[in-house]
Amino acid sequence: MTEQARRCATWIVALALGFAALPLQSAAATFTIGVLSRADDERLDPHRTELAYLGHPGGPLSQSVEVAIKESQFELDAANLQVKIEAAQARDATEAQSVMQRLEKAGAVAIIIDLPADWISRAAPAVKLPLINAGEPDDTLRAAGCQPNLLHTYPSERMRADAIAQMLTSRRWSKVLVLHGTSQEDAARLATVQASIKRFGLKPVATRPFKLSADPRERDLANPLLLTANLDYDVVWVVDSDGEFARSLPYRISLPRPVVGDGGLFAVAWAPNFERFGAPQLARRFLRGEGRAMTGHDWAGWIATKAILQAALDKALTPAAQLKAFVQPAFTLDGFKGVRLSFRTWDRQLRQPLLLTDGQGVIALAPGEGILHPTNVLDTLGADAPEGLCKTR
Amino acid sequence: MTSRRPLRSAAAALGFVAIATAVHAKDTGMAFVSSEKDNALAVIDVKTLAIVGMIPTCKRPRHMQFLPDGSALMVACGDSNRADLIDVAARKVVGNIPLGDDPEAFDISPDGKFAYVSNEEDGALNIVDLAAKKVTKSIPVGKEPEGVKASPDGSRVYVTSEVANMVHVIDPAAGKVVKNIQVGKRPRRFALTADGAELWVTSELGASVSIISTGDLSVVQTINFEVKGMRPDDITPVGLTLSRDGKTMFVALGRASHVAFVDVASRKTTKLVLVGKRAWNVTLNRDGSRLFVANGLSDDVTVIDVAQAKAIKTIPVGRVPYMVVVDD
Repeated sequence: MTEQARRCATWIVALALGFAALPLQSAAATFTIGVLSRADDERLDPHRTELAYLGHPGGPLSQSVEVAIKESQFELDAANLQVKIEAAQARDATEAQSVMQRLEKAGAVAIIIDLPADWISRAAPAVKLPLINAGEPDDTLRAAGCQPNLLHTYPSERMRADAIAQMLTSRRWSKVLVLHGTSQEDAARLATVQASIKRFGLKPVATRPFKLSADPRERDLANPLLLTANLDYDVVWVVDSDGEFARSLPYRISLPRPVVGDGGLFAVAWAPNFERFGAPQLARRFLRGEGRAMTGHDWAGWIATKAILQAALDKALTPAAQLKAFVQPAFTLDGFKGVRLSFRTWDRQLRQPLLLTDGQGVIALAPGEGILHPTNVLDTLGADAPEGLCKTR
Repeated sequence: MTSRRPLRSAAAALGFVAIATAVHAKDTGMAFVSSEKDNALAVIDVKTLAIVGMIPTCKRPRHMQFLPDGSALMVACGDSNRADLIDVAARKVVGNIPLGDDPEAFDISPDGKFAYVSNEEDGALNIVDLAAKKVTKSIPVGKEPEGVKASPDGSRVYVTSEVANMVHVIDPAAGKVVKNIQVGKRPRRFALTADGAELWVTSELGASVSIISTGDLSVVQTINFEVKGMRPDDITPVGLTLSRDGKTMFVALGRASHVAFVDVASRKTTKLVLVGKRAWNVTLNRDGSRLFVANGLSDDVTVIDVAQAKAIKTIPVGRVPYMVVVDD
């Protein structure tokens, strides 16, 4: 594929007419959605995706966009609307910024992005059109680094940690042994997990780093039995962004206790084997269209597209109108999770239930029964309004 | 069932028993409950309100309706892509009809010749010739079609799309969508008023009922529901049915675990009756004195005394009950 073609694959969603548009009207209105992801994405290396770590992406963002548009074809035709997708990739923050500017100039109503947090922070202020983050859980983007045109459909790291902490609270598994990796990413995520543990009144028994190693001199760091010995805990919470260590942690610890976090039980935006609220239909549509199981990242890309389409069907066909539509209290989305979803006005994060899954089935939903909140129980996951962490409205 | 033999002979008879020859059904004094995870219908004695039997049927049975001549109960099975025809007196499957992929709900044309079936997977309304047992037309609609209602004169079929948030109005003779009506989120089920002038449709995620004028096919009013102590997000209306006197609409409020009695004339909720978890489809008995409510998340059926607006009994049935049909 040429560089040009790789960086900017454009296609027009075919007009599937003949049955829907009633009555047949004159020229259809066309609007453009930008889709921006990272070039040479290591997370999507086939060797990596075939390991299918929960909470990791399973394929390119554009696939979920495609599924959402296909699913909405009937309404689009009926409203005489035509969608054009401009898919692009960027190698770094600078390139991401220039692609965003190009798409804005070309008249895109919004861009769905799957980019690293620091690229987003640096590139987003250069444009005014809505950017919907469908892949980055970093909480800074929802707090100090929030931007007026930046929305999030992917749940934040804190939402995921809160979901697990709520589950542990409701089970009364309050004594938590935390194991964590030593990468920079793990350090940040560890802080988030510790804050959730504190927020929900759980007791950290110990916090220990681990290392993937077969070196006998490092066995204290690498051996799950040694890492978890001589302590009394109800549960082990593992923070492992990479996934290899955490995957085999359950059943290898010294006490017969569950593992949660990045091993054992995970909190995710979507699981392909979710059985309720019409979820199997969506999961099947994705599998049929794209030939693989739908992940949390796919759900975030899909619902981001659905948000843009729904706003467009409500006649919001400019970037400003889209941005305005998203934060209206009446703007609710059907995410196949049983409740109405909407964007929080304070940090533009999509409020949503999270699925607690071991990869085989969905064990529970968070927030679970008994979790209370003065206005919307979904706001017990992640940053709530009174915290005032995001200053830009 | 005392031995496996009767089952086998029933299976051997599949496909050979013509609809018209199976004459039983009606006045059995029983109610039949489809449950999505049971592959069987529970049989409830309407007098004692006790389970008296199970009828094995196809996989994931959901919508059920008697054929217009009363000869058999037609049960649509989502995972079997067909409907079973059940002789309710003999409590046996006596035939089946292919319905296309993942059939959910259906209605039967007033002349009894066709079934109109929503096919979730295809996003289509299939028209099935009941005598020929064949899908004769497939009309594309919005994704995940659900509720289906044929107009009493047979000229229109209404179908909801849960994804498109629309009611599609279909001319079955022409096999075409003639109008799309935007309604609340995740529209589910229909009921017509007694004079046929209004079509009521529930919106599960709109927490509302949209009232469509069958004259000009526009939404004339939207009824929102409130239940004390429940958040709006807990109110997820699905099933609804009209009282025998035509004055009250019974609307199951889903996760709010109540059935609302709505005065048709004033559109006001006059009573709320507490039932099981995720109240789904609602069905009256013949004289309209009792309302049977399938509770999807508590695996039971609640029976309401309509005059007193009170639940009189909750009966454990199968796993994930979907709908009740009463033949008393």
